[in-house]
Amino acid sequence: MSFVQEAMQAVMKKAIALAPDGWIPGGHPDPLMREKHGLIGASISRIDGPLKVAGQARFAAEFPMEGLTYAALRHSTIARGRIVSLDTTQAEAAPGVVLVMTHLNAPRLKPTPPFGSKPQAAGGDDVPVMQDDRIHWNGQPVAVVLAETQDQADHAQSLIRVQYEVQGGVTSLDAARAQGPEPGKFQGELLKVEIKDAEALFAAAPVKVDAVYRTPPHNHNPIELHAATLAWEGDELRVHDATQAVAHAAWTLSQVFDIKEAQVHVTSPFVGGGFGSKTLWQHQILAAAAARLAGRPVRIVVSREGVFRIVGGRALTEQRVAIGAQQDGGFDAIIHTGLTVMTPHNAMTEPFIVATRSAYAAKSFKLEVDTVKLNMVANTFMRAPGEAVGTFALESAIDELAAELGMDPIALRSRNEPEQDPTNGLPFSQRGVEQAWKTGAERFGWETRNATPGATRDGDWLVGVGCATATYPYYRMAGGAARIILDRTGRAVVEIAAHEMGMGTATAHTQVVAERLGLSLDQVEFRYGDTAFPGLVLAGGSQQTASIGSAVIVAHRTLVTELLKLAGNDSPLAGLKPDEVGGLDGGLCKLDEPGRCESYASILARAQRETLTVEGEAPPPLELQHWSMHSHGAMFCEVRVNAITGETRVSRFLGSFDCGRILNAKTAASQFRGGIIMGLGLALMEDAQFDERTGRIMNPSLAEYHVPVHMDVPEIEVMWTDEPDPHAPMGARGIGEIGITGVGAAVANAVFNATGKRVRDLPITLDKLL
Amino acid sequence: MTPFLYERAADRQGALALGARAGASYLGGGTNLVDLMRETIAHPELLVDVTGLSREIEDTPEGGLRIGAGVKNTAVAGDRRVRQRYPLLAQAILAGASAQIRNMATTGGNILQRTRCAYFYDDAARCNKRAPGAGCDAVEGFNRIHAILGASPACVATHPSDMCVALAALEATVTLEGQDGGREIAFADLHRLPGETPEVETQLRPGELITAVTLPPNGLAARSTYRKVRDRASYAFALVSVAAGLELEGGVIGDVRLALGGVAHKPWRAHAAEAALKGRPATESVFREAAEAELAPARPLRDNGFKIELARRVIVDTLVKLARTEETV
Ligand SMILES: Cc1cc2nc3c(=O)[nH]c(=O)nc-3n(C[C@H](O)[C@H](O)[C@H](O)COP(=O)(O)OP(=O)(O)OC[C@H]3O[C@@H](n4cnc5c(N)ncnc54)[C@H](O)[C@@H]3O)c2cc1C
Repeated sequence: MSFVQEAMQAVMKKAIALAPDGWIPGGHPDPLMREKHGLIGASISRIDGPLKVAGQARFAAEFPMEGLTYAALRHSTIARGRIVSLDTTQAEAAPGVVLVMTHLNAPRLKPTPPFGSKPQAAGGDDVPVMQDDRIHWNGQPVAVVLAETQDQADHAQSLIRVQYEVQGGVTSLDAARAQGPEPGKFQGELLKVEIKDAEALFAAAPVKVDAVYRTPPHNHNPIELHAATLAWEGDELRVHDATQAVAHAAWTLSQVFDIKEAQVHVTSPFVGGGFGSKTLWQHQILAAAAARLAGRPVRIVVSREGVFRIVGGRALTEQRVAIGAQQDGGFDAIIHTGLTVMTPHNAMTEPFIVATRSAYAAKSFKLEVDTVKLNMVANTFMRAPGEAVGTFALESAIDELAAELGMDPIALRSRNEPEQDPTNGLPFSQRGVEQAWKTGAERFGWETRNATPGATRDGDWLVGVGCATATYPYYRMAGGAARIILDRTGRAVVEIAAHEMGMGTATAHTQVVAERLGLSLDQVEFRYGDTAFPGLVLAGGSQQTASIGSAVIVAHRTLVTELLKLAGNDSPLAGLKPDEVGGLDGGLCKLDEPGRCESYASILARAQRETLTVEGEAPPPLELQHWSMHSHGAMFCEVRVNAITGETRVSRFLGSFDCGRILNAKTAASQFRGGIIMGLGLALMEDAQFDERTGRIMNPSLAEYHVPVHMDVPEIEVMWTDEPDPHAPMGARGIGEIGITGVGAAVANAVFNATGKRVRDLPITLDKLL
Repeated sequence: MTPFLYERAADRQGALALGARAGASYLGGGTNLVDLMRETIAHPELLVDVTGLSREIEDTPEGGLRIGAGVKNTAVAGDRRVRQRYPLLAQAILAGASAQIRNMATTGGNILQRTRCAYFYDDAARCNKRAPGAGCDAVEGFNRIHAILGASPACVATHPSDMCVALAALEATVTLEGQDGGREIAFADLHRLPGETPEVETQLRPGELITAVTLPPNGLAARSTYRKVRDRASYAFALVSVAAGLELEGGVIGDVRLALGGVAHKPWRAHAAEAALKGRPATESVFREAAEAELAPARPLRDNGFKIELARRVIVDTLVKLARTEETV
């Protein structure tokens, strides 16, 4: 970005911050957020539940196609260098083989636009896909085999003989560090905040903590493997993908294959977990290239090992947190700096300071992320990138400081509760973190804790409790758009290129649309997961609900306007303006005169219309620069640490959340719990073993890469304030990621309370407690 | 997975005849072997399914039990006689893997399962088990789960089984059948230490079949336990496990059995510790001395030094608790 552009941006930002609320999306509170007894917030079972239980929900690898071939990938075994020889003769001669594709015969492809390079870009990296003999990471695909069956393809790929020449490559943190760090950026912004001289204020503070916290690399392990079933129909590409970004995938594929966006049709009706990983990686591109070469449809299901090799995860971090405080607990300085790794072929910095920007008031701040580059699979978004690991460091440090001060850690947090965003000065849209702490602490029984570490024992087990703040921002990305089709029977269909990855999106939005239109649930059909529908909607950043919601608000307003026009002068609604009516009992009614109504069926019938179709595009997300919008949670954990073996078992967990309005109590509770369980994995076991000699991940399986099993997961209680955010669509801020945040610190703080030992390196394995 | 032939053995003779063919492997539940085939670590040309053979658990005339090699892990752990007379064995089996895997896994297969060393599992790595003489990438790599006892520069892998630790403590014997007839060997002699030839993991001769495991009459039932320490609450291999049985005569240790899992290339019978315990008072300090005696030769690698302290603690604590328990039979 040029200096002029930067200056322009700064001016714009200021203007948006200072503009009157009414000019900003969310300036007029969504009337829906006030509905207390209708469908909003109701505990409704997911509408796709029966389909899934019956095995009828079709996932990407389950779409039938005529003449299908099956793909297998061959991965490189060096981290950097070139392929010096490739012998595919045996593989080509193996039974059932249709095609062996390598860089020698792959079709010429354009570079993959990586995430962030364009709003629609979805590539995990920008390495040319099988276009030359160069190797960029250990695990990069070097060949694709298509065969008549999966077993044949798998076998044939093992027959390919590859020889490499290793050329340098940086695979150890020390070597990467030696190359010198670069400043980290996230979403186009430098990850750097400096307010006053934090180091000086820290040095002068009477009470302080200063420690380094480390988190290891993590890999994605959604239960549904990354997969696609695809075919070329002439120059058109049809892809059944497992993706959290159908429109992004279609656009990005069109760039790679140098065709028009409209020539790529992506569907993804069900996704078996994404967490940030189900975007565009090499497998879809390779499958499409091979399909073109072979002239046959292709199914690719990446193996579990393959997911570790070609789909990036969360990068390791090394974070310093230093807090200087007065005796009464008031913060003079918050310093949160450190290092993370990325690659030469991506632009994703694990932004571990983002939560610290708005968490606490302090006289001074120094927040900064440095990056160094490793030759490894491109790291990427993983549930709450930044916050998940950043809150481990920050919230551990808060606990350390509370112990230093002899203060209750909740009281210390409360003492530093900011009145406005402490680093950008914006007003909070709504902030109920204190309420969440209060109700959570009561429910958990926090006041009964013994603050002395190592003082509570039950047989062999040392028992301790800990807490931490969870936090995740409200996001909304540009591009939301929706279509509403209302028909004469009074049924509504909503179409939007959004995603159902198991979160309950389809169910929650059926509820929202039904409530908005005044229909019953069975009168609304929510269609999604298809590029035939409008919208550029990423199921990521916990922003999908806001993106859908804001698009539907606009489409709905158009619908009401059109309906009033159609209703004309013979309607009881004659003369009313869109703002004066709302959806009720299958039609429109005057808001302050509920008897003055006409049903949708009646309006359409009189106008002799079978259907009425409208589309709406969400406004640009200016609210993000006008208010500081954040969700919070108070996380409470009880652990038992075996005094003999050091084994840690979490025996109780409670999350008390403030995330705006909750749209569906049941699916929301599942999201919170799922996030917390993933957080327990982060705290206690997840650890991708990256061999620094070779750059190879050595535990690429669910047997050796540990995630929690049922016995690791205690009863988890969740509760929420349900306080609407007046500036978010439906009053709801998004709940997909917050559950994982704060968990690492809550567990580590509980372990400290149980044992008197501070573990600052995740995961907290038993050897660290012996 | 490399294509292979599959034959289901009708009887022992048929199995041995098929097993003598070049490239043949016996197949139990397949929970380990088939994984290794998928990872292209094992490439049998012929799988001889022996799960139809030796599916009985029988009382022996001496008062012990004879468990057929084809009996599933779940069936062994659930057998009333095993639970009453050899609770140590039932506990060890139930501490391993998952219910689904135990439903498939056989006694013979469990005994012959391969190590979980990541470098053994990755054909891009150097491994003396897979390619003798190639070198070992585990020695200076990730070796948290590796051996502290009896390892060699050629191999630092561990035997991962829980069941086998109990069998070592119980002084079981194994019945083998080969082309030239049968033989019976002590369970403790079945698995080998790696030495210079880590690719040779057991005393089995080519084509030899395990047909049964025999448990002697004394099942240590009165005072025995299996304790497993792992990285998560279930479905993880042992970092360290202890199978222990103790006989006390007026506070003095009579017969004692101690075996360790997760520490060596074979289920580790703790002879040095046993010798330090026999005939001595059952006190914590004696237990500690015994643990020290056993672990004196232990050598840590980069990531597994904690196992020495962990093993010490678990041995002592297990014995302390055993000494305290009321006799259960
Ligand atoms: C994810 C996972 C977790 C696990 N966790 C644990 C754990 O915590 N603890 C634990 O102890 N185990 C664990 N296991 C291992 C499990 O116990 C073994 O896979 C199982 O016992 C092997 O038995 P099988 O019958 O399936 O053997 P197979 O896979 O069929 O065979 C294994 C080997 O034995 C040979 N073989 C089989 N039967 C005979 C015979 N009668 N004579 C001669 N050779 C024979 C085969 O040729 C092969 O070499 C785990 C496995 C997995 C996959």
